[in-house]
Amino acid sequence: MDSNTIIQLSHVNFYYDQSRALTDISMGFMKNKVTALIGPSGCGKSTLLRLLNRMNDLIDGTRVEGEILFEDKNIYAQDVDPVEIRRKIGMVFQKPNPFPKTIYNNIAYGPKLTSTNHNDLDMLVEQSLKQAVLWDEVKDILNKSAMNLSGGQQQRLCIARALAMRPDILLMDEPTSALDPISTAKIEELIEELKKEYTIIIVTHNMQQAARISDETAFFYIGNLVEYNKTEKIFTKPDMKHTEDYITGRFG
Amino acid sequence: MRSFKNNSMKWRYFKQALFFGTVRLSALIIALALGGILLYIIINGISAISWDFITQPPTDSMTKGGIMPAILGTIYLTIGAIAVGLPLGIASAIYLTEYAKQGRVIRLIKVGINCLAGVPSVVFGLFGLGFFVIFMKFGSSILSGSLTLGFLILPTIIGAAEEALKSVPQTFREASLSLGVSKWQTTYRIVLPNAMPGILTGSILGIGRAAGETAPIMFTAAAYFTAKLPGSIFDEVMALPYHIYVLATAGTNIEATRPIQFGTVLVLVAVVLSIDLIAIIIRGHIRKNKRW
Repeated sequence: MDSNTIIQLSHVNFYYDQSRALTDISMGFMKNKVTALIGPSGCGKSTLLRLLNRMNDLIDGTRVEGEILFEDKNIYAQDVDPVEIRRKIGMVFQKPNPFPKTIYNNIAYGPKLTSTNHNDLDMLVEQSLKQAVLWDEVKDILNKSAMNLSGGQQQRLCIARALAMRPDILLMDEPTSALDPISTAKIEELIEELKKEYTIIIVTHNMQQAARISDETAFFYIGNLVEYNKTEKIFTKPDMKHTEDYITGRFG
Repeated sequence: MRSFKNNSMKWRYFKQALFFGTVRLSALIIALALGGILLYIIINGISAISWDFITQPPTDSMTKGGIMPAILGTIYLTIGAIAVGLPLGIASAIYLTEYAKQGRVIRLIKVGINCLAGVPSVVFGLFGLGFFVIFMKFGSSILSGSLTLGFLILPTIIGAAEEALKSVPQTFREASLSLGVSKWQTTYRIVLPNAMPGILTGSILGIGRAAGETAPIMFTAAAYFTAKLPGSIFDEVMALPYHIYVLATAGTNIEATRPIQFGTVLVLVAVVLSIDLIAIIIRGHIRKNKRW
């Protein structure tokens, strides 16, 4: 594991009850890069993403084999608290899911409950909203319900909410699939900006999006990692025929 | 061909009209029945209602005077039942829906709870007598009555709370957990507040039942007659449902007290509605700002 790798999977298998969803995955994610996970529906890319912050723990009957090293420790080791892992590895979901609270309280919720230092809460909220490029739109309505925002604004709010925890890694599960093109463009710009400070791993169904925003791309097919390389390489001259067929739209 | 089509359309419209007609009629019958009962009670009971009736204790072997101790007793018992049933019911529902591993045992427990909802109230009354009044030595008291009524409405509240908790979107839980917030905090800060309006809606049914039941309090809390107001939760109280029962079956002069009986029924209905109204107002207050 070289120093540019922030999280390393080795020989990871994942099962939903008896059926295997991921087969022998070994890969490392690079620090301060955007890595895109692509592949047809059901290929296991979202499953993999949710493995990284132990969100799959919430589903009964799941089982993990292999090792996922983060900060030199297997995050599936017995003595690791998944709650601690999730503080360091944040997540943005497919559909914007703000809490039915005010904009301010959506952002302050996590920090308020998880840290003892509440002095700079106002500052933290402002910073996080600025990082998510939402501050100018909401600074006068911080005490209004987040449910009144548009879909794109809600998604940026969810990004700000995750950023407020100051995570090391931000996982994004098709964050723009429920948004219009303008909102999508804004989120993509935002991702470009965020990679300076965070490591971003994003699942997307949109080939152009993967090509536009990611540095690395991994192609999955029925639970297998088919090809993993620099995005440029994957989209110009992939090693595998399978990858080429997929990105050119010949199947999937 | 064309006329066949027309006929088939007519037939379909006829079926639709028939269906809507039946549904409307059912609704109308229910409304009339309810309205009829209410009207009957009001017509027969309104003459007994006066300021003295609701503020004075009964006099002359309960053939004259008011029913104030019974009103107060019912309010105490209902509040007591809520105080017992609501926290216990919500806690059980949280365990069943949020924490317990779904499986055979939990299914069995849920069936048990549903059976409990069907147990006749007099059985709860006897249980209260045996356990709270005698074994725990609480005596016939507000405490024993509240506990018995609390247990009586527990299945209703658990059922309502389970449904309400399940209706909170899973995405809220995921969002909270993904921030590194613990499961308990997620439940307490996100799931429970969003389920509260639903829990209260379902609980209103239980509250109405607690206020109106006679059998469970007959052995555990209700006094035949006491002009004295309770000084502590270990005192007996009069209660409206039991008072009605007494006046209508065992009074010294059943015929002469008919207006008082109807008056008491009317007051009981009003008390139940008021308690429901308070719950509805609280629900409305919580519901503000809570939509998804």
